[in-house]
Amino acid sequence: MADKKEIRPGYNYAFLDEQTKKEIRRRILKAVAIPGYQVPFASRELPIAQGWGTGGLQLTLALVGPDDVVKVIDQGSDDVVNAVNIRRLLLQTTGVKTTENTGAASLIQTRHRVPEERLHDWQTLVFQVPYPEPLRRVEPSEVKTREMHAEADYSRLWVYLYEDIVRWREITIGAQYPVLVNERYVMDPSPIPRWDVPKLHMAANLNLFGAGREKRIYAVPPYTRVQPLEFEDHPFRVESFEGKYCAVCGSTGSFLDELLDDHSGARRYTCSDTDYCARRLLSGSGPGTGRQTGHTGGN
Amino acid sequence: MRSPNIADTFSGHQDNAVPGEPLLRVRGLTRIYGRGCAECVVRTGPEAGSNICPVCASIVACAGVSFDLYSGEMLGVVGESGSGKSTLVQCLYFDHTSSAGDAYLRSYRGGTVNMLSSSAQEQRHIRHHLMGMVYQNPHQGLRLDCTAGGNIAEKLLTAGFFHVGRMRERASELLRRTEVPMERMDHLPRYFSGGMQQRVQIAKALANNPPLVFLDEVTTGLDVSVQARVLDLIRHLHRELGLAMVVVSHNLEVIRLLTDYTLVMKSGRVVETGLTDQILGDPQHPYTQLLVSSLL
Repeated sequence: MADKKEIRPGYNYAFLDEQTKKEIRRRILKAVAIPGYQVPFASRELPIAQGWGTGGLQLTLALVGPDDVVKVIDQGSDDVVNAVNIRRLLLQTTGVKTTENTGAASLIQTRHRVPEERLHDWQTLVFQVPYPEPLRRVEPSEVKTREMHAEADYSRLWVYLYEDIVRWREITIGAQYPVLVNERYVMDPSPIPRWDVPKLHMAANLNLFGAGREKRIYAVPPYTRVQPLEFEDHPFRVESFEGKYCAVCGSTGSFLDELLDDHSGARRYTCSDTDYCARRLLSGSGPGTGRQTGHTGGN
Repeated sequence: MRSPNIADTFSGHQDNAVPGEPLLRVRGLTRIYGRGCAECVVRTGPEAGSNICPVCASIVACAGVSFDLYSGEMLGVVGESGSGKSTLVQCLYFDHTSSAGDAYLRSYRGGTVNMLSSSAQEQRHIRHHLMGMVYQNPHQGLRLDCTAGGNIAEKLLTAGFFHVGRMRERASELLRRTEVPMERMDHLPRYFSGGMQQRVQIAKALANNPPLVFLDEVTTGLDVSVQARVLDLIRHLHRELGLAMVVVSHNLEVIRLLTDYTLVMKSGRVVETGLTDQILGDPQHPYTQLLVSSLL
């Protein structure tokens, strides 16, 4: 089933028509050339609803080639309905190999997580973005936010962070933590947890962000500086899982999901990245050689 | 109409006080709202009794305004409503674009570059680092849904302060100076009295120690006792910090109290300039005479 197969009759390769894919690739090039800058594009209708990953999906469809190995995750998991449906659409319209193995995938589409395993320079990570504008929480007008970006005027966002500290003694933004890319544009890294923000800094892989409903594409090219906004006396912090560990694989170094037992009310934690967890389990200790799953084509 | 160029009037005084270049040089500042035509400036002004061009119906808010302002000096701009005095300072603070004219600020590239034609990014830099503005209405100068401290922090953040503790120290120092109770620092100015909003606005304008502050009708709309306290505060700050200020007011008493020099404006033009005492004691232009004689 992972081997290349015929695509559904009546559909163009990768669903979108060639002109659309060409347009999206050109937007991607512009986004890569100006790290963190939101490039507008003509977002198309897709067989999934806007708000369900259409931005990321259009990037994936425009990029995927017959030799790619694709992985799709939703909050770190390969088996959630959003990921499964997108993977199925990709399979039926391209016939490419899919995998759950992070280390084997050349193209990874993700919703709200960066895989725990460090990515390589031959890999591309595509994010699904609900709200691309980091200034939206302080300025409702799109005309004004674009002006603010053009002038690198981020003082109002900084005031927001300052007031957060005054009110709560810390910055309360959990996911979607604003970052400064290449010392120029402030960018919304999509609702990834703070835990994942440092992984974007000087990452070897290409990070692409697509917002379908908001019609924006932006990028963090390989080896680009990505700094979370922080004050000198209130440095950025990631989530703390001190004293907690994954109930499945025992990991203490990964982002954990909290699970509540309906009957006993007991709390358990498991890795949010299911592939990372499963491979730790198989190899006995730590991230191992990689699990071969039903979908894996390997390479 | 007398020449609006008051450079000569100023230089005599300045040789004694602060030698050298003026802090702010303005030449021929003009702002026209509307299409504009070749006749606009010629067919409007005090002689025409109107600032609306009879040919193209554009509004000549101010035209050909020139003056020099030296460090530590207080310049008054007086005139009736619609005479163009607010437009003048708002053009200099880049709230409005100007249609023509030059302005040079000594602290911006040594006063060699016309700041009115600088890029928006440069102008923002000048606004936040080299100038302060206090508007008549605190709604314009403050973000009422940010705390008083946050408002001051905004100015500091644009100047590259990224230390919460130090920003709060600076904010409390400024609020103490402007007599805003310290316990109101983390409250929203929306719930402050008019006088206190105005004092927070002044604190915000002073946040980055700018050499130049514009005050646009700061006491209008405040009751008399609060007016007196705000004026006291401005005089005190001027003496203590040696700021140069441009004070816009329709109120001659305010001008008399605060300023050394005065421009009198009517229908978008400067009709008379000189020492404030001289203008109030011996007004030359008929309009100034009218203003002074109608003083209550």
